[in-house]
Amino acid sequence: MNFTEHPAFVFPFVVGMLFIFIYLPVIYVTWLRKNSLADFKTILRSIFTTNTLKAVREIFSECLLHRRIFRYNIRLGYMHMSLAFGWFLLIVVGKIETMVFTHDGFNPPYLPVFFKYFYPSGIPDTFKGRFFLMIMDLLLILVLSGLFLAFLKRFRSRVLGMKRTTKHIFPDRIALTFLWFIFPLRWFAESVTAGIAGSGGFFTLGSGRALASFLPLEDLLLPSWWAYSIVLGGFFFALPFSRYMHIFTEVVLIFLKYWNLATPERQNAYADFEINACSRCGICTNVCQLSADAGITHSQAVYFLRDLRYGTPERPVLENCFLCGRCSQACPVEIGIDQLRIAGRKRMMNAIAPAAEMRPVVSANGEKVDVLYFAGCMSHLTPGIIDATREILTRAGIRFSVLDDREEVCCGRPARQAGFADQARSIIARTTALINRSGASLLLVTCPICYKVFNEEYDLPIPVEHHTVFLNRLMTERPSLFRKSSLRMSYHDPCDLGRGSGIYEQPRSIIRRTGVLVSAAHEREDALCCGGSLANLAITPRQRTLVTDSAYQMLTAGNPDYVVTSCPLCKKTFAAGKREIPVADIAEIARMMLQPEEILHPEKAGEAELESEGQEICQ
Amino acid sequence: MNGKNDKWGFHTEKSNLITLDSNDRSLVNILAEQVPSLNSCFFCGSCGATCTASDDGMNFRLVHLLLRRGELQTVNKIIRSCLLCGKCTLVCPRNVDTRAVIYNLKILIHELH
Ligand code: SF4
Ligand code: SF4
Ligand code: SF4
Ligand code: SF4
Ligand code: SF4
Repeated sequence: MNFTEHPAFVFPFVVGMLFIFIYLPVIYVTWLRKNSLADFKTILRSIFTTNTLKAVREIFSECLLHRRIFRYNIRLGYMHMSLAFGWFLLIVVGKIETMVFTHDGFNPPYLPVFFKYFYPSGIPDTFKGRFFLMIMDLLLILVLSGLFLAFLKRFRSRVLGMKRTTKHIFPDRIALTFLWFIFPLRWFAESVTAGIAGSGGFFTLGSGRALASFLPLEDLLLPSWWAYSIVLGGFFFALPFSRYMHIFTEVVLIFLKYWNLATPERQNAYADFEINACSRCGICTNVCQLSADAGITHSQAVYFLRDLRYGTPERPVLENCFLCGRCSQACPVEIGIDQLRIAGRKRMMNAIAPAAEMRPVVSANGEKVDVLYFAGCMSHLTPGIIDATREILTRAGIRFSVLDDREEVCCGRPARQAGFADQARSIIARTTALINRSGASLLLVTCPICYKVFNEEYDLPIPVEHHTVFLNRLMTERPSLFRKSSLRMSYHDPCDLGRGSGIYEQPRSIIRRTGVLVSAAHEREDALCCGGSLANLAITPRQRTLVTDSAYQMLTAGNPDYVVTSCPLCKKTFAAGKREIPVADIAEIARMMLQPEEILHPEKAGEAELESEGQEICQ
Repeated sequence: MNGKNDKWGFHTEKSNLITLDSNDRSLVNILAEQVPSLNSCFFCGSCGATCTASDDGMNFRLVHLLLRRGELQTVNKIIRSCLLCGKCTLVCPRNVDTRAVIYNLKILIHELH
C-alpha cells in the first residue's frame, strides 16, 4: 500500500477538516468586528507583552490539562484531560511520526490520521517504529479511558462528582454521538489493520488478533476506515453548532482575556467568545443553590449561555438568578456569567423603563465631619446595625454624619441588577452629588450591596470602606476599645462582600478578636447565598425560603452561639422564620464587645449617655 | 352643587368616581397570575410606609389599590419612581412579592403600549 494512492475513504475527514478551517476563522472575524477601535488598541498594547506567554501557559493548563476541573473533582478532571490532552497528543505525536517517516513536514493532513492504514507496522526502523507504535497505542488507551468515564457520566454522574448533568439539545446530541464513535472506531480500524498485517502496537495488535479469531478482517478493512473517517468528518461538521465549539473558542478567549479585552458591559467581541467557550460541562448547575434547594433547573448559567448563543434568552431564564456568583466562581472557563446576565437584562429592560427624574439635591449646610456613614435602605430595615455603628463611632470619638438619615437615598444597585441601566445611572448621579457635598474624607457603608456598587459604578473623590474593614482597622488601632469573649460564632460571607468584593479576612479577624470563630461547610469563595438576593426577579417566596433554610442549616451545623454576617439583607433573610441560633451583624457583635465605659475612663463613667446625645443633635 | 348629594352635605368628585362594573381589571388579573402572592395583600400599608421612593409618590399599597380600580394612567406615573430596592417586600407581613409585582407591571404596561 502507498499513501499516494489517495484512498476514497479519506474524503469525509478532509472535507470536514476543511469546513472547520474555513468556518472558524470566518466566524471569529465576524465577532471581532464588534470591537471598537479602542478595543483593538487595548489588544495591541498587550499583545507584545509577557501576557501573551501567560495566555499560552493558561491554554496549556486549562484547554488541555483542565486543571480547574481537577480541582472540582479528580475523576471529572481526568475525563476532560484524557479526552482533550490525549486527542491533542494523538494529533501531535501522529504528525511527528509521519514526519519522521516521510522526512517531510508537508505530508497530506490525513496521513497522520490514517497512518496505520497505510503502514500497519509503522516506521520500518526497529527502534523508532516500535517506539511510536507503543506511544500511539498508549495515547489511544488514554483517550478511550476518558471516553469510558464520559459514558459513565451520562448514566452514573455521581461517580464523577456531578449530581446533575447538562440537558442536551439536538446539535449536542449529534456531535456527542459522533464523538463517542470516533475513538472506538479508530481502535477498531487499527485493530483490523494490525490483525491482517500481523504487526502493530501492543494494544491494537492484541485486539486485532482477538478479532481475527472470529471476524473476516479482510472484508472489514475498508469499511472500518470509512466508518472512522465519516464520524470524524461528521464531528467536524457538527462542532460549530454544538457545545464542542468551545474547544477552539476557549483558546481565543484566553488570549483575549490576557490582552485585557474583558469589559463589565460586555459590549464587544469578548461576550461572543465567552458565550461560545462554554463547554456545557455542567459544573455551574452543580454549585447553584436554585437547583440544589429550590428545584429550579431552567435558568442556570449553562442554560442561560446556551440560549444566549442560539438567540435571546426568555424572561424566566434571564430573571431567575441570584447573581450570587457561585457559578462564575466555579466555572473552569472563568466566564463572566453575572455580567453577561446583567447585560442581557439591560437589553430587555431599558426600553421598558425610562429613567425617572430624580429629585434635585438640596443645598448643603451640614457640619464638617470625618466619616460619612451611608446605611443604605436595607440597613434601615435592620436598625440594630445602624444603632450599633453609631454607638461604635461615637465611642471611638469619630466625627460622623449619616447620609441617608431620612431614608431617601439608594445606591442604585437593585435597579442596575434588574437591568434598568438608565434609571440606575440617574440614581447614582444624585447620590454622588449628595456624597460630594458632605466634605467627608471617608464613606462608610454597612451594606455590601452598596459597597460593591460604590466601588464599581461611582467615581468618588473619597475612599469607600465596608464596616468590616473599618471595624477591623479600629480594633487594630484601638485594641483597648474592645474586649474578647468566649462567644462561638460562625460567619456567613455575603455574596457581594466575599465573591463580589474579595473581603473574607477582615470579618473573620473581628470575630477572632472578640470571640471564637466556628467554621462552616461552605466558606469564603464557596460561601452559599442567603437566598435573599434582590437580583432574582422570578423566584417565589416559598422557593427563597428553601434556599435560606438550607444555607442556615450549614451555618449552624457547628452549633455556634451566633450566626454572624455583615450584610443587612443577609441578616434580615436569615432572621425571618423560627431560628434557634440568633443571627447578628458584625457591627452588633462589635458593639456588644465594646469595653464598658467605666473600665476605659473610670472618671467619666455616667457621662457616656450625655456624649452620645450630643452627637445625635449634631446630625 | 346639585342633585341629591346636596341634601346630605357631601358630593362625589368626578375624577374619583369609580365604576367597578366597567373598570379594566385585566392587568391586575394577569399580575396575580404571574405573582400569585399579590392576592394575599390586605392593604395594611407597611410597604408604603417603608418605601425608599415615598417622597416621589411611590406607594405599593396605593398602586395595588389603583390597579384593582383599573386606574392605569396614575399607576404608570407612580411606579416610574420605584427603585426596585425591595424594602417593601421585606416588610410585608403577608409575604407579597411586591417587588416582583412592580417589575412585572412595568413590563406589562410597556407591552400594552
Ligand atoms: S458556564 Fe462554565 S461551568 Fe457552566 S457549563 Fe459553561 S463552562 Fe461549565
Ligand atoms: S449566579 Fe448563583 S443563582 Fe445565578 S445561576 Fe449562578 S449559581 Fe445560580
Ligand atoms: S444596595 Fe440595596 S440595600 Fe444597600 S442601600 Fe442600595 S438599595 Fe439599599
Ligand atoms: S405590606 Fe404587603 S400586605 Fe401590606 S399593603 Fe403592602 S403588599 Fe399589601
Ligand atoms: S421596591 Fe419600589 S416600592 Fe418597594 S420600597 Fe423600594 S422603591 Fe418603594
